[in-house]
Amino acid sequence: MSAAPRIADAPVIETRNATRILPLEIPVTLVRDINITIPAGEFASISGPSGSGKSSLLYLLGLLDRPTEGTVLLEGLDTAGMSEAEIAHLRLAKLGFVFQFHFLLPEFTILGNVMIPMRRIGRWSDAEALDRASELLASLGLADQAAKRPDQLSGGQRQRVAIARALANDPLVILADEPTGNLDSKNGRAVFDIFRRLVDEQGRTVLTVTHDQTLADLTDRSIQIVDGRIVGDQGR
Amino acid sequence: MQLLLDIAATHLRGRVRQTVISIAGVATGVGFFIAMSALMEGSQRDLVDKIIDTSPHVLVKDEFRTPPLQPAARLYGRGAVDLDGLKPKEELRGIRNPRARLAAIRRIDGVRAAPLLRGQVVMRHGGKDMTAALIGIEPDSYRKVSDLAGDMIEGELDHLETATNAVILGDGLARRLGLGVGDTFSVISPAGILLQMTAVGRFHSGIISADDSEAYTLLKKSQIVQGRPNVINQIRLRVEDVNAAGDIARRIERQHGYQAVSWDEANAQILDVFIVRNTIMYTVVSAILIVAGFGIFNIISTVTHEKARDIAILKSLGFEEQDIRRIFLAQGLAVGTVGGLVGWAFGYGLCHILATVRFEIGWVSEMSHLPLYWGYPPYAIAAVFALLSAGLAAYLPARKAARLNPVDIIRGAA
Repeated sequence: MSAAPRIADAPVIETRNATRILPLEIPVTLVRDINITIPAGEFASISGPSGSGKSSLLYLLGLLDRPTEGTVLLEGLDTAGMSEAEIAHLRLAKLGFVFQFHFLLPEFTILGNVMIPMRRIGRWSDAEALDRASELLASLGLADQAAKRPDQLSGGQRQRVAIARALANDPLVILADEPTGNLDSKNGRAVFDIFRRLVDEQGRTVLTVTHDQTLADLTDRSIQIVDGRIVGDQGR
Repeated sequence: MQLLLDIAATHLRGRVRQTVISIAGVATGVGFFIAMSALMEGSQRDLVDKIIDTSPHVLVKDEFRTPPLQPAARLYGRGAVDLDGLKPKEELRGIRNPRARLAAIRRIDGVRAAPLLRGQVVMRHGGKDMTAALIGIEPDSYRKVSDLAGDMIEGELDHLETATNAVILGDGLARRLGLGVGDTFSVISPAGILLQMTAVGRFHSGIISADDSEAYTLLKKSQIVQGRPNVINQIRLRVEDVNAAGDIARRIERQHGYQAVSWDEANAQILDVFIVRNTIMYTVVSAILIVAGFGIFNIISTVTHEKARDIAILKSLGFEEQDIRRIFLAQGLAVGTVGGLVGWAFGYGLCHILATVRFEIGWVSEMSHLPLYWGYPPYAIAAVFALLSAGLAAYLPARKAARLNPVDIIRGAA
């Protein structure tokens, strides 16, 4: 499996003075003046205390939310002027999400869940999608779980299914929001090992939010955020 | 699209009981709608057919819609002259120049016409007096514009010509007078002429007003009794296309000046009642379907709330608002479609049950069973109604669900 083709040299994700303010009666600033660049093939983490805005930043980077000021570029493409439908299609084709909760559809089998993004994008025939999904599950050690439903799996297994689903459309970047938040340290460590493999062996880009500094230390780059502002950004 | 339908199906499968109840709601609405419209439409058509069969399609009378201007008024018009004590010129009653007019009317395509002289008389038999309408006809031409020959229950239409002073009476009239075929009785007209006439037959048309108060004789005899030789005062028409009767009536009225009333104008009151009746029925039955719509609204709203997390994840995966809307719209339409199909079967069954009900109503006409309409339009209308209400009921929660912001849910869950 190869990573999606990219525009040469353009960073996978780039923000320019991205600010997100919730327009409540007393406006709440989630993040302010964020300028970061995530190059291809990087394994980066965003960490910070709870309420610091690390998840909000990830939602901006993952085009789930839109900045009130500034802009987010995906592969050098400015997303500011895009319609909701265009943004949705970018998420479908270029981004893969893993959340703290697995968010699998309970009525579908494991295989069915992994196939949902593939069926939506319609890039593959049903038979091809089935093959791809089986392959993905096998590569994550879930080959024998394919026919089960999400509630028959352990938390660690479900999170691996969620990773398989995130990989379904061969995304440009995997965005993970506290993917280990609901797992014990062994399973949490396993998730990070998978991310590491995706980066090292397949050249993928992974950006993960975590509040666990020991896990953050496993990544190549650690971005720290406090009160919605970046306070530290160390590569290693 | 297949994927969206799969997701929609899982939602309905997850709420089997509610889904079944929603379907039952739609089916009930559709079923009753079909049965009610079959009944309403059936009785309406039955009555209209009877009206068309028994009453003249167009009746030309020796009357004018607006009285003709009196000579004085014609002469001075709207001038500032006021004439007091003017006696209006007496018009001779009856259709003038009847033979030429009759010939002209008969030249219209698809029209058959017969001359009549209709007048009130008093019939006296065995000490009983009854007012009746004595209608003078020419049997040969009248046969072509009316079903009188077929309505005879005793005697023949031709007996009018074979016996002297022969009369055919409505069976109700004959009964009230105590007359049997062969009996002789007195007929007295407003002109003061008395004639001994003989009953040669009875008819039963099913229209009670006719059966109780009408009698037929030869045109010549009627003219004698009324003291109006060679006069006719009505021309009765039968037209091939009953829907064109109104146009033909207007054309005749324009050409000849005499009032020409088509069957639908003559029965406008009854037809108006149908409009009111249909409005009431469609209101009531639509209410059932609207209530069924509430049921659908309810289930879809519940599902959208329950599945808010799924909606959020689908949107984060890159599903568009439109996709989410379609998922829930499909559920509503599925309930509407299945409910509609079950309702069709239910309505068809109800019609069969209604068809077995038999009873007697002695209203305008007699019925021995409920007249039902078996055509497809009630089914089509009910289906369209069901799908529309289901679609609308699903659209509102679907739209709300589609607008859901995934970040809100993901934040809330975390």
